[in-house]
Amino acid sequence: MNILVILLDGLVYSSWLFIVSTGLTLIYGVMRILNMAHGSMYAIGAYTAATIVGIYFNHGFVPWGSYFFFISGAMFAGIIAGLLIERGILRIMYGSDEVIMILVTYAILLILEDVIKFIWGVEGYFAYQPYTYLGRSHIFGISFTNYDLYLIIVAAIIGVILWLWLNKTRFGKLLIAVINDQEISVAMGINVTKVYIITFAIGCMLGALAGGLTAPGISIVPGMGIQIIIVAFAVVVIGGLGSIGGALIGSLLVGMARAFAVHLFPQIELFVIYGVMALVLAIRPHGLFVRAKVRKI
Amino acid sequence: MVIAYKIDVKLYFIIKRRFGMNFFKRSFTVFLAILIGVFFTTANGFSKDTFRLGIVTFLSGAAAGPFGIPSKKAAELTVKELNQGKVPAPYNKVGIAGKKIKVVWVDEAGSATKQVEEYRNLVQHKKVDAVIGYISSGHCLAIAPVAEELGVLTVFYDCGTPRIFEENTYHYVFRTGLTATIDSVGAARYIVDLKKNLKSISAINQNYAWGQDSWHDFISALKDLKPNIKVKTVQFPKIFQGQYGAEISSLMMKPADFIHSSFWGGDLEAFILQGDARGLFEKQIPIFTCGEASMFRLAKQMPKGAIVGARGPFGLYAPNNKLNRWFRKNYISKFGTSPTYPAYKMVQAIFGLKSAAEKAAMKKKNFTQEDIIKAFEYLKFKAPSGTVSMDLGKGHQAMQGIAYGQYEIKNGKPTFVNVKWYPAKCVNPPDGMKSIDWIKNGMKGAKCN
Amino acid sequence: MDKKTHMILLCCLLLILIGNFIFPKWLTFLFNISLAKAFIVLGLVILMRVGLVSFGQGLYYCIGGYVAGICQKFFGINDFFMILLIGIFISLIVSFLLGLLLCNYRDIFFAMFTLAFSMILYGIIVKTETLGSTDGFNVKLPTYFTISSSFATGKFLILLITILIAYFVIIYIRKFFNSELGYISLSTKENEIRVEYLGISPKIVIFINYSLAAILATVGGALTAFVSGHVDPDMAYWTTSGEFVFVALLGGTMHVIAPFIASILFEFIHMYAYDISPNTWQIILGSILLLIIIFLPRGLWSIGEIFRKKEVKDASNS
Repeated sequence: MNILVILLDGLVYSSWLFIVSTGLTLIYGVMRILNMAHGSMYAIGAYTAATIVGIYFNHGFVPWGSYFFFISGAMFAGIIAGLLIERGILRIMYGSDEVIMILVTYAILLILEDVIKFIWGVEGYFAYQPYTYLGRSHIFGISFTNYDLYLIIVAAIIGVILWLWLNKTRFGKLLIAVINDQEISVAMGINVTKVYIITFAIGCMLGALAGGLTAPGISIVPGMGIQIIIVAFAVVVIGGLGSIGGALIGSLLVGMARAFAVHLFPQIELFVIYGVMALVLAIRPHGLFVRAKVRKI
Repeated sequence: MVIAYKIDVKLYFIIKRRFGMNFFKRSFTVFLAILIGVFFTTANGFSKDTFRLGIVTFLSGAAAGPFGIPSKKAAELTVKELNQGKVPAPYNKVGIAGKKIKVVWVDEAGSATKQVEEYRNLVQHKKVDAVIGYISSGHCLAIAPVAEELGVLTVFYDCGTPRIFEENTYHYVFRTGLTATIDSVGAARYIVDLKKNLKSISAINQNYAWGQDSWHDFISALKDLKPNIKVKTVQFPKIFQGQYGAEISSLMMKPADFIHSSFWGGDLEAFILQGDARGLFEKQIPIFTCGEASMFRLAKQMPKGAIVGARGPFGLYAPNNKLNRWFRKNYISKFGTSPTYPAYKMVQAIFGLKSAAEKAAMKKKNFTQEDIIKAFEYLKFKAPSGTVSMDLGKGHQAMQGIAYGQYEIKNGKPTFVNVKWYPAKCVNPPDGMKSIDWIKNGMKGAKCN
Repeated sequence: MDKKTHMILLCCLLLILIGNFIFPKWLTFLFNISLAKAFIVLGLVILMRVGLVSFGQGLYYCIGGYVAGICQKFFGINDFFMILLIGIFISLIVSFLLGLLLCNYRDIFFAMFTLAFSMILYGIIVKTETLGSTDGFNVKLPTYFTISSSFATGKFLILLITILIAYFVIIYIRKFFNSELGYISLSTKENEIRVEYLGISPKIVIFINYSLAAILATVGGALTAFVSGHVDPDMAYWTTSGEFVFVALLGGTMHVIAPFIASILFEFIHMYAYDISPNTWQIILGSILLLIIIFLPRGLWSIGEIFRKKEVKDASNS
């Protein structure tokens, strides 16, 4: 019974990690930008969702309707923020060194952290109604919230949608072309600028979506953006930057490792994530999934 | 200052003549310009009519919401009322010994090294007469020696580590807040009194100094009282982790009678939300040693029967005296919410300082800082939390008792039931003995009746 | 280094030294701490010259500080030079081991890997209760060859030592930059394959630069510990390293004095930004960082180039 609980815990945490890190890896894969502001997107999504939930339940509407509003609200906020950042700042810096881009996104992260504080203040928010409304299930001897269990399904759906989008739609194939060789893509007439804008917006949307989905279960406090970045980085680096399949494997690895650590060796819980990252990098310097395939996504 | 300016100017011309105007000289002049600018922005020294009080607390960051902001509110309220002389006796004199109080705010956010720099700025650049502040134990530990070095009266109001006065002796540093020892010892005594056949305990604390120390003191004290206690699972998630799925599963797999937690802020709120949603608290009673700070925000979510601590006789545990009534009435009408323990502790610090200063003023009209310090040592003063005795740490550390109770909503309002009060000598070590040794040796000499 | 720069440098350092007795105490403290932190920034500049950005210099900064504290607290070693030697020794071992691994990585992976190691040290210290976990512990002023001092002299002595070390470091790192190895480092940044064809291993070049940066960061960490009187695991947190990167960019990589001036400037900005509005520090930091990256990618030092070009133009016109 014990091991099944650990596996389920691992799965819940992995699905959360996956949703958080897909946006990051997508942006890197296409634009070669390691977006540190991804943490701010997460925070913006969470705060937006919390605000919407607050307004919604204050008006006393039916609980099951709230899901549509706060999730789409978070996604919308992410798209807007992504567009503003991309058109406003990143556009100026295209072509720069990768590390310079990290510094640019780091600067944006710092600025956004304070902007979030201005808009939403320093007190914490919570929006627990959607979380508790779905009830709980008794599995393997203990209770789990249905919300967390549904999140596993949601993560799977997001993964499938992304895969379909990249591999089966026309735009997805354009993306793959741009990833593999940007210059030839331009020569072939692909509007790379448009591709960049859409990718960045979608990547930020995914980050905000992660924040929005997580919001009902936590207390949303300032600084949550910075906390999340390290975790997202570790997962993405382990799986291989730019690979969504890698993000999946990375999340599973880290999620399971953490679940085992918490249940069996709580003392090492603090290092698990960095330990796994250092270990993977030492063995496969570019992450698990990158050298092996030619196609990255 | 003027001499330095003249030297600067002379050097400037010497170098200009020798090397000519080139870039390096420009950077040098920029450097000089900064220095000169700096001299002219130095703040004025204190005037005879105002008492410049530096207050350091979390104005941003995760600790702002539950601790810093209530502290700030309480300080603003108290200073305003004091400056108008509207506080009931014995604090009805205006300001501090007749001088109106002017507050200089400093944000406590940032590392200890940064805080040391800010403190030096506050004292040397802004020239405050005294400093009240510090929630983070790490900051208190770093600031205390600097306060001694600079010789400025500094009153810690919230940080909990007993190490400050147990490992060192300070002349300029006081603490009107209570040590974290009483939280842990009080909680251990409470659950032993509450449940006669107490068998097992679990814990979930943040993995940093506060969480580690809280757990260690608590389990040591508990083992003194119940040597056969079984420890089921001890979780130490990273601070600000926010998501406790696996930890809650672990706590549910190995159920215990009580779950000890020194969680605060967003982590506490998230833990309560997630635990509640999964029914964690239906069979295991949680102990939230500093839960009172979030109690009113979480009024609907706090589990019924949860053991909530306010780190002393604060909040709803405070006695019904005149000062408490004044404080609650004004705080609630001004801010719309009940004052929590950080607010109480801030008021306590200000009243302690005022009390010491006015005691010094009674003896000497032109009192100095040294007079205030002499008056502050072993002082007994009144606060909304009752009488505060500076009896530990050679007269520099406040000593009070603590109460614990169980949370319940009655008539739509949060209250405590089954409240038990533990007097000061029951939960504090004797002066001169380290808390950790006292607990290890069975808490000898505790006077609990 | 040409005579002019040398004289200016000496004048500035002497001014700061004399300033101990003339300036207000907070100013001297500010100079001392910014000079101490400048060593870590200089290490970053050295790494930037090889084409790498490290988000983990906090690792060695923290090692320097904690070695100073641990020697005092647990081993009773108070001598400054002894502590420095032990610190350098330990960081050499660590940088040797890590450098072997890290010299294989570039760009983002180098940055992330250094970040990971820095955070691992952070985690270790937080877990270790004897070291005070997140509270850290206090560090007293050191003795110098058993000459211990009164408090005020102690403050002056640490300032003197900082300035002396800064002076010699500037002179010798300048020599390093102008040496064979210094130029090879620049070439490694441009094109590693060509360097290899010339018969030099870029990995060894990176390894040496990394170790040098590590030693500088350790020295800076120990000095900061003594000046501020406190060490805590925040020194190894990645945001601390991020601030050092910011200062490095502020100064630019063009001259060895740049990190020192940038560090002093940064501390002033920090002080005034906190004064004006403590809640907007991150916006200010982020905005300045953006402005520098976009408009002054080679740091503040490149302002000088603009002036110099103008002067050359004026000179050629007249």
